Amino acid sequence: MITNRWEAVLGRVVLGFALVSTLLPLLSMLSAALQPQGTIPVGLRWPSEPHWENFADAFRVARLADLLVSSLLIEIVVVPVALAFATLAGFALARLNPPASRVVVVLLLLGLTMPFESIVTPLYYQMQSMGLLNTRWAIILPLIGLYMPFGVIWMRAHFLGVPRELSEAARVDGAGYWRELRDIQLPLAGPSLSALAILLFLWTWNQYLLAIVLVDDPLQRTMAGALGAFQGRYGTDVVLLSAGTLLIIAPTIVVFVIFQRHFIRALLQGAVKG
Amino acid sequence: MTATGFSSGRAGGAGRTGPRMRGRDVAAGWLFAAPALIVYAMFVLYPLCVAVQYSLYEWNGIGPATWVGLDNYKNILTEPERLAPIRNAFVLIIFFTVLPVTAGLALASLIKVIQNPVFASAARTMLFLPQIIPLVAAGIGWSWMYAQTGLVNQALDVVGLGSLTRPWLGDFDFALPAVGLIGTWVLTGLCTVLLLTAIGKIDPALYESVRLDGGNWYHEFRAVTLPSVRKEIGVLVTINTIAALASFDIIMTTTGGGPGRETMVPGVEIYRLGFGEREIGLASALGVVLMLLVLAVILPLHRVFQERP
Repeated sequence: MITNRWEAVLGRVVLGFALVSTLLPLLSMLSAALQPQGTIPVGLRWPSEPHWENFADAFRVARLADLLVSSLLIEIVVVPVALAFATLAGFALARLNPPASRVVVVLLLLGLTMPFESIVTPLYYQMQSMGLLNTRWAIILPLIGLYMPFGVIWMRAHFLGVPRELSEAARVDGAGYWRELRDIQLPLAGPSLSALAILLFLWTWNQYLLAIVLVDDPLQRTMAGALGAFQGRYGTDVVLLSAGTLLIIAPTIVVFVIFQRHFIRALLQGAVKG
Repeated sequence: MTATGFSSGRAGGAGRTGPRMRGRDVAAGWLFAAPALIVYAMFVLYPLCVAVQYSLYEWNGIGPATWVGLDNYKNILTEPERLAPIRNAFVLIIFFTVLPVTAGLALASLIKVIQNPVFASAARTMLFLPQIIPLVAAGIGWSWMYAQTGLVNQALDVVGLGSLTRPWLGDFDFALPAVGLIGTWVLTGLCTVLLLTAIGKIDPALYESVRLDGGNWYHEFRAVTLPSVRKEIGVLVTINTIAALASFDIIMTTTGGGPGRETMVPGVEIYRLGFGEREIGLASALGVVLMLLVLAVILPLHRVFQERP
């Protein structure tokens, strides 16, 4: 790679600037979180005596342990069910002949670009009449439905990319759809499935709109919804709010840093295929 | 070998590209697709139809509903006050799409390859952080950045521009660009990393030849980089524009649409109308308008970027 010196320096300076501006809001929150409670902190200033105990207080008042449990309860239903449904349908749509499959794909594409806000009002009354308002099901069921366009199209793209010879060999051996999917296709679908699982997990964890509209109790919400409630209660207490926010996003950041390669791959693929 | 030859021959005979469908297979196919289609119909298509139905009524959510025809749509599309959220959503496209994609292109084409692998991985991780954390957290963090005693004003004081300090999110002129820049912060990392990945796949020989012809960074960019990442730019423009038009979390957690209605966007307006003002008909109509607006913007964009140069 031929580059001149000036460009190399410029590249480094610009990258450095981008990295610093990415981290500044988080550092500024950390600096606020370590100030004495009840004071009005200043943007970025390392305290002479960092008050680490603020995190313990925030952990307690935010009831972080309960929030984690609530989010995980939502995740363990949404992610596996959405993955299973998307895999079955994606496989079927990769096999069914047009025009039937094309009609379904177009119908799904409509949902792919539809903002959640467009149906949140009717969803509220639907959940009310189903008696599910203020339960985790009010978040779980719509989310599974809303993930279908992306999930099915994602898995269909995967199955269309599998060499045809594999499925033809299975068909000649007399295998039905179910046996072909289970014995031949699924063992090959690992990377696509795990990337989809990461995306669905993250989107659920960070789902805010459905949580604040359909569930009043923060302890029944997703993490983002709970964080919204925390902001509503402690919005004026910058110290506690910053500590609580950092705690609430900490699990995501830890998991991300550990699995960063998988996350980045999933998000990039998700962007391109979406 | 015989198996493949046999079945593809048969497929060719049937005039299809794949193995021939048997009746049993078609039934099984629909059976497989059924769970996904049922939840999709129940929790997306059905509420969408209900939204269209609600949008034709005036209803407070409890009492009887009054048929008003297309009045709600007329109201949204003609009242200047009701048009403000849609106008603001288009302004946000500058901050959610134009700025991050431009910045991402500039960054990615300047950096191109980070030689040190440890630093490269660390840089990618850091740039991606805003993409991982909930937008609510971004909203909270930036509300603090923009506060009277926050980092933005602190920095202005340090460089001697103390006269410019203000509570940015409460300022009628600056609130919208301020929340817009939060979107820029969230999306620039994604744009940079996606474009870096795309640029990494370009044959280095193409760059070498530009350099050997005496070209500089800009020539490389015009002749090699830009044409090669056309598809990725199209993808980023599409998803970022949807994020701008349908923005909710960032606005809701920073300004709630204020001051006045300076930062009101369709998403927050739907929430306010539906769950604050109890104007279910108007809220639903705005939801339908928002959906059509996204389609009307995305489909032409899609066509532009799909075209082969």
